[in-house]
Amino acid sequence: MIGGLFIYNHKGEVLISRVYRDDIGRNAVDAFRVNVIHARQQVRSPVTNIARTSFFHVKRSNIWLAAVTKQNVNAAMVFEFLYKMCDVMTAYFSKISEENIKNNFVLIYELLDEILDFGYPQNSESGALKTFITQQGIKSQHHSKDEQSQITSQVTGQIGWRREGIKYRRNELFLDVLESVNLLMSPQGQVLSAHVSGRVVMKSYLSGMPECKFGMNDKIVIDKQQGKGATSDDSAKSGKQSIAIDDCTFHQCVRLSKFDSERSISFIPPDGDYELMRYRTTKDIILPFRVIPLVREVGRTKLEVKVVIKSNFKASLLAQKIEVRIPTPLNTSGVQVICMKGKAKYKASDNAIVWKIKRMAGMKESQISAEIELLPTNEKKKWTRPPISMNFEVPFAPSGLKVRYLKVFESKLNYSDHDVIKWVRYIGRSGIYETRC
Amino acid sequence: MTDSKYFTTNKKGEIFELKAELNNEKKEKRKEAVKKVIAAMTVGKDVSSLFPDVVNCMQTDNLELKKLVYLYLMNYAKSQPDMAIMAVNSFVKDCEDPNPLIRALAVRTMGCIRVDKITEYLCEPLRKCLKDEDPYVRKTAAVCVAKLHDINAQMVEDQGFLDSLRDLIADSNPMVVANAVAALSEISESHPNSNLLDLNPQNINKLLTALNECTEWGQIFILDCLSNYNPKDEREAQSICERVTPRLSHANSAVVLSAVKVLMKFLELLPKESDYYNTLLKKLSPPLVTLLSGEPEVQYVALRNINLIVQKRPEILKQEIKVFFVKYNDPIYVKLEKLDIMIRLASQANIAQVLAELKEYATEVDVDFVRKAVRAIGRCAIKVEQSAERCVSTLLDLIQTKVNYVVQEAIVVIRDIFRKYPNKYESIIATLCENLDSLDEPDARAAMIWIVGEYAERIDNADELLESFLEGFHDESTQVQLTLLTAIVKLFLKKPSETQELVQQVLSLATQDSDNPDLRDRGYIYWRLLSTDPVTAKEVVLSEKPLISEETDLIEPTLLDELICHIGSLASVYHKPPNAFVEGSHGIHRKHLPIQHSRSGATTSVIPSQGDLLGDLLNLDLGPPVNVPQVSSMQMGAVDLLGGGLDSLVGDKILLITTCSTLQSAELVLFFMYLIVVWLPAVKAKGLEICGTFSRRQGHMYMDMTFTNKALQHMSDFAIQFNKNSFGMIPTSPLPIHTPLMPSQTIEVSLPLNTIGPVMKMDPLNNLQVAVKNNIDVFYFSGLIPLNIFFVEDGKMERQVFLATWKDIPTRMNCSTRLRNTVSGKLQSNNIYTIAKRNVEGQDMLYQSLKLTNGIWILAELRIQPGNPNYTVRELPQRLSLSNRGISCFLTFPFALDQGSPTFLNLRATSWVLSHTTGTPFDTLF
Repeated sequence: MIGGLFIYNHKGEVLISRVYRDDIGRNAVDAFRVNVIHARQQVRSPVTNIARTSFFHVKRSNIWLAAVTKQNVNAAMVFEFLYKMCDVMTAYFSKISEENIKNNFVLIYELLDEILDFGYPQNSESGALKTFITQQGIKSQHHSKDEQSQITSQVTGQIGWRREGIKYRRNELFLDVLESVNLLMSPQGQVLSAHVSGRVVMKSYLSGMPECKFGMNDKIVIDKQQGKGATSDDSAKSGKQSIAIDDCTFHQCVRLSKFDSERSISFIPPDGDYELMRYRTTKDIILPFRVIPLVREVGRTKLEVKVVIKSNFKASLLAQKIEVRIPTPLNTSGVQVICMKGKAKYKASDNAIVWKIKRMAGMKESQISAEIELLPTNEKKKWTRPPISMNFEVPFAPSGLKVRYLKVFESKLNYSDHDVIKWVRYIGRSGIYETRC
Repeated sequence: MTDSKYFTTNKKGEIFELKAELNNEKKEKRKEAVKKVIAAMTVGKDVSSLFPDVVNCMQTDNLELKKLVYLYLMNYAKSQPDMAIMAVNSFVKDCEDPNPLIRALAVRTMGCIRVDKITEYLCEPLRKCLKDEDPYVRKTAAVCVAKLHDINAQMVEDQGFLDSLRDLIADSNPMVVANAVAALSEISESHPNSNLLDLNPQNINKLLTALNECTEWGQIFILDCLSNYNPKDEREAQSICERVTPRLSHANSAVVLSAVKVLMKFLELLPKESDYYNTLLKKLSPPLVTLLSGEPEVQYVALRNINLIVQKRPEILKQEIKVFFVKYNDPIYVKLEKLDIMIRLASQANIAQVLAELKEYATEVDVDFVRKAVRAIGRCAIKVEQSAERCVSTLLDLIQTKVNYVVQEAIVVIRDIFRKYPNKYESIIATLCENLDSLDEPDARAAMIWIVGEYAERIDNADELLESFLEGFHDESTQVQLTLLTAIVKLFLKKPSETQELVQQVLSLATQDSDNPDLRDRGYIYWRLLSTDPVTAKEVVLSEKPLISEETDLIEPTLLDELICHIGSLASVYHKPPNAFVEGSHGIHRKHLPIQHSRSGATTSVIPSQGDLLGDLLNLDLGPPVNVPQVSSMQMGAVDLLGGGLDSLVGDKILLITTCSTLQSAELVLFFMYLIVVWLPAVKAKGLEICGTFSRRQGHMYMDMTFTNKALQHMSDFAIQFNKNSFGMIPTSPLPIHTPLMPSQTIEVSLPLNTIGPVMKMDPLNNLQVAVKNNIDVFYFSGLIPLNIFFVEDGKMERQVFLATWKDIPTRMNCSTRLRNTVSGKLQSNNIYTIAKRNVEGQDMLYQSLKLTNGIWILAELRIQPGNPNYTVRELPQRLSLSNRGISCFLTFPFALDQGSPTFLNLRATSWVLSHTTGTPFDTLF
C-alpha cells in the first residue's frame, strides 16, 4: 500500500511529508526531488521507479503531489487517491497553491491521518470529513455523544458522502448536461469519426436524506417500457428521441447493481456540487456545424481558400463563441480575407487564419474567402494540409440526450417532489471538431 | 495570522527557543510551539531532541494539540524508545474514552509507533477495540492488526488477532469488512501457503454483499481479494462475474480495473461456447474505452493494462482502434502507449486509417514518439501484407525529409521488411544508399550494411560502399563490426573476382587486430570456410534465412498470464512480475490464471512426469528405432485389445460431441479432415507448443505436428519417442527438426509412423503417450489416434467371403442416422471399400469392408435413401468379424455422417471399438 505521501512546491521544497510505512525512509523525499522534479529531461512517465521504490505523482498548477511505495500496490487506486486528495484540499481551501498549503498544513496533516490509514485509503468524501475536521480546529470535542456516534456512523456508513440533518429553506436542484462533441470529417463531407462525451453535473441543495431518481431518454429503458404494452405508433415516435449510450460511469452514490439490473439511476445525492455521471455516445449525433472547405492552388505562389459553415440546428437557438481555424502553409507571405460575418485575422504565429463569430442562429450559413500568397520554396515536399478545426458552444445536447425526470423522495421530512425547484440546462461544446481539406 | 509563518522561523538557537515555548504555561503558546516543531520536522530538520518536551504536551483535552503530538510521536518514537514509554499511559487511557473518534485515534496512532515495548501495551486495548460497539473504531482496529503484524508477526498470531480479524469479515458494517479484507490480504501475502483469508463460498458471498455497500476504496480491496479466489466450477465463476460486472460502471477507474481483473481471471473458467462468455467479452470493451477519458495518469495505467489485455484477448478491443489514435495534447507517455496498442490492433480492415495516422505522427516534434511512429509503419508492413507496399512508399517519403533520426529509424525497419518480403522492394535500395553518410547510430549503420551485403549482386558499387565503412572499423560498435564482416564475406561469395582484397582486409581486421572474441571467432570461421570449401561456405553464408515473425515484442505467455493476475497494480504498469521490483517477502508468491479443470484434460492430457513413465519412455535413445522387436499383428491379442475401455469413453463423451459441433459448420472437401488439436500447451512445456494430427497418405501413416516456440529463448535438440501403445505405433525416423526454433517461430513437421513397435493395451485404446525432448526439458503429452488412419488399402474383401461372413452375423441393433449421398467415393479414398450395392424398397444399400493394420476386419451396411441427397436417413446394422482370432463380435456401428461433418465417422468409429465388447448401443453413448 501507499508508504508515504509528499507535497512539494515547484522548487522541490517539501511542504508536507507523511510517512505511513516503515520501509519508506526520509531519503525517499530527496530521491523524488532529485530524480523527478529536478530532472533535466521532461518527465516521461507518471510512475517512476528509483532504487526499488516507486513514486506516483500528479501536478496541480506548480505543486507536486507524490505517493511513494515499495510494494506492488494497485496503481490505479493510488492515482485515484491522489486526485481525491486534491478534491478534498480544494473543498477545504479552494485553490491548491504553495501559500494555501502552508497556511493549512496542520489541517492537511489531520486529513492525511484520517483518509489514509497505514496507506489504505479510507472515507475521503469532503462532505463527511467536514463534519469533524474543520479549518477552525477540531469540533468533535464539543459534540454530544449522539452527535459523535452520528459522525462515526456516517464516516463508516453506506452513505459516506452525505451527512444527516442537512436543512434548506428552499429545496433546489441544478442539473447541467455538458457535452463535448468530437468530429473528423472528410473534405467530401463524409463523417470519418464522431463521438460525444458527456457529463451530468449536479448541484443539489436538498434537506434530509432524499432519495433521487434520474431518468433520461436512454434507448434501452425506453424500448423496455414500450415492450410492456405501448402501441407500435408510440415506439416509432419516441424511438427517434431515444439515444443509444455506448458506456457510462457513475458517481459512487449511484446504486450500480440497480442500474445493472433495471437500468434505473437512483441515488442519495451528496450535498452541493458533484458529477453524477459520464457517458459516451457514437450514434445519431447531431453535428451542430458543417464545414465545407474549398482550396484551390493557383500556380506555385498562390492559394485560394473558401470555407462555408452551415449551422444545423433549430433556427430559434443561438450558437456562441464560434471560432474557425484555417491552417495556412508555412511559407505564407501574405493573406487577404473577406468574411460575411464576424472577424477574421491571419495569425502568422499559429500558421492559421482565425475566424471568430460571436453568435449564430440555427439553419444559417456564412462564408469566408481568403487569398494566400506564398513564398516560392525549393522544397519538394508538398504541404500536407492540416484539418480545419472549429470551436463553438450550443444550448442543446448534440447526443440528443434529454432529461425525462429527476424525482426527489424524502419520506421523513414534509416536502415532496413538487416542492423542489429544479433547473435543467444543456450545453454542447466542441471537442476536437475537424474537417479535412 | 496564518500557519505559513511556522515555516519561516529559521534562526539559530531555534531549538532552544522552541523548548522554552513548549514548556510555556499557556496552552495556546504550547500549541503554537508544537506547530512550529511539526513544520520543522516537515522540512527535514532534526527536532528529536525536543522529545520529552513535546510528550509533555500530550496530556491535554485539546484534540488538535493531541493530534499534533501524536504526529510527532510517530516520527520520532523509534529514535527515543525509552521516552516513548511515557506516552503509553495516555494511549491506554484514550482507548477507553467515551468519544469513538478519540478511541480510534489512539488505536490508530499506537499502531504506528514501532517500539516493541509499546506494542506489548497495545494488545489489550486493540482486543477491546476490535469488538468496539462503534464501527469507526472497529474499522480502525482492523487496520491496526496489519500494522502490528508488520512489527511483530508472531505476537499477532499468538494473541489470536487473526481470528478476530476473520470474524470481522462477517461484520454488519461494510467498511469494517473492507478494511478487514485489506488487512488479511496483506498479512496473507507474507504467508503464501496459509489459507488465512479462508475464501469459501460463504465468505465470498459476504464479500459480494459488502461490495455493493462500501466506499470506493473498500470496493477495490474486496475486488482485489476476490481475484485471488479460485471458483470451484464454471457456475460459481459465472455467478461471481454477474455480481462483479455492475462495478464496470463505477466512476473510480481503480474499481473498474480491479473488476476487469476479476473478470479476466474468471473468464478462463467459463466455457468458450457459452452465451455468457461472449456477453461478458462484449461488456468488457466499453469500460476499457471509457478509462481513456480520465485524467492522463490514470489513462497511462489503463493503457499499460490494455496492452496486456489486447495481447491476452485481442477480440475485446479489436473494433476500437480509433480510440487509441493519439490526440494532439496527450502527454508523451500516453502517446507512446497508444501507439503501442495501435500496432497490436492493426489489421487488414483498419490498416489504411492506421497508416494515415502514423504518417501524421512521424512529423511531430518529440523524437522518441516520431521514432516509434516510424518503427510502427515498418511493423504494419510486416504484419499486414496487403499494406506492405504502401508502408514502404510512406517510409521512402519519410526518408526524403532527410531528418536524421527519421531516416535512421526508417532504414532499420526497411531491413526487417526486406527480411519478410525478400526480392520485392529492392528497387528502393538506391534511395537508401543516398543516405549512407548521415547514418551515425549503430542500429541504422548495421541495418544498412546488412542490406548492402544481402543484395551485393544488385548494387554496382557495393564494394566501395562497404569499403567506406571499413576505414573506421575499430571505432564501430560490435554490432556493426559483425554485420560488416558478414556483409563483406557475402559480397565476396557473390562477386569473388573483384573483392578478394577487401575480404582479406576485413578478415585480418577481425581476427588479428580485434580483441573481441566473438568477432575473432566469426572471422576465423569464415576464413576457414572460405579457404577449405567455398561451396560449403556459400551454402552456409548465403543460406536461406528463416522468415521473421509478424508479432514482435510480445510478452512471453507465462509472464503475460501472471501479469493478467496483477491488472491495475504496479506490476501491470511495469510489465514485470512483482518480485522484480518488490523487496522482501511480499510478492514472491506468484499468481497464476485459474485452469479449467473439467474440460481441458480430455483432448490433451499432459502425462504427469512420473518416475516409472520416465524410465519407460526415455531410455533416451531417441534415434530412429532400428532394432524394435517385430510383433506380428497376428499375435497381438484382439481380446486384449478390445477388452474394457468403456469407462473412459463415458468421460470422453462430452468432448467428442463438442469437437464435432465445432466442426459442424465447416464444409469440407476431403472426406476426413483430421482434427488438429493442441497436444501440448505452451504453459505446460516452458513455452513449447505442439499441436497436430494424425493422417494417412499413400498408404503411410504420419503424425503431422506444428511446433511453436512461445518462449523467449531459442529451442534446439528436439527428439521424440512414443510409449508402448495398442497398435504398436512407433516413429520410423527421428524428428525432422534440424535448425533451432527461434522465439515465436513455428515449424511444421510430418513424422512418418509404422505399427511395428511393441504392443501394450492402452486405455482408451487409441491413446498414445508421447515424450518430446528439447534443450530445455522433456515434456509428455498424450493424444487420441483417430482409428481411420489404421484402415489399410487392402481392406477390400472378396464378395463371396463378405456375403458368407455377413450371414454368420446376426443382426443385433438398429440405429438411425443420416448420411450424405455421394459418400462411397469419399469412403474409398479413406480405404473403406464398397463391396456391393443393391436397391431394396427404394433405398440404396451399400456393403462395406475395411481392414485395420492389425488385421481386424470390419464389415458394414449403409442404407441410403435416394432423392434426399443431403439428409438420408439410414439404418445400419453392422457386424464385425474378428476373423483372425476366430472370434466374432456383433454390434451396432452407426456411420454417422452429418452434413459437412465427416469427423463423425472418424470419432464414432474410434469409440465403436471401445464399446463393442459390451454391446452397448451407440445412441446411448451419444
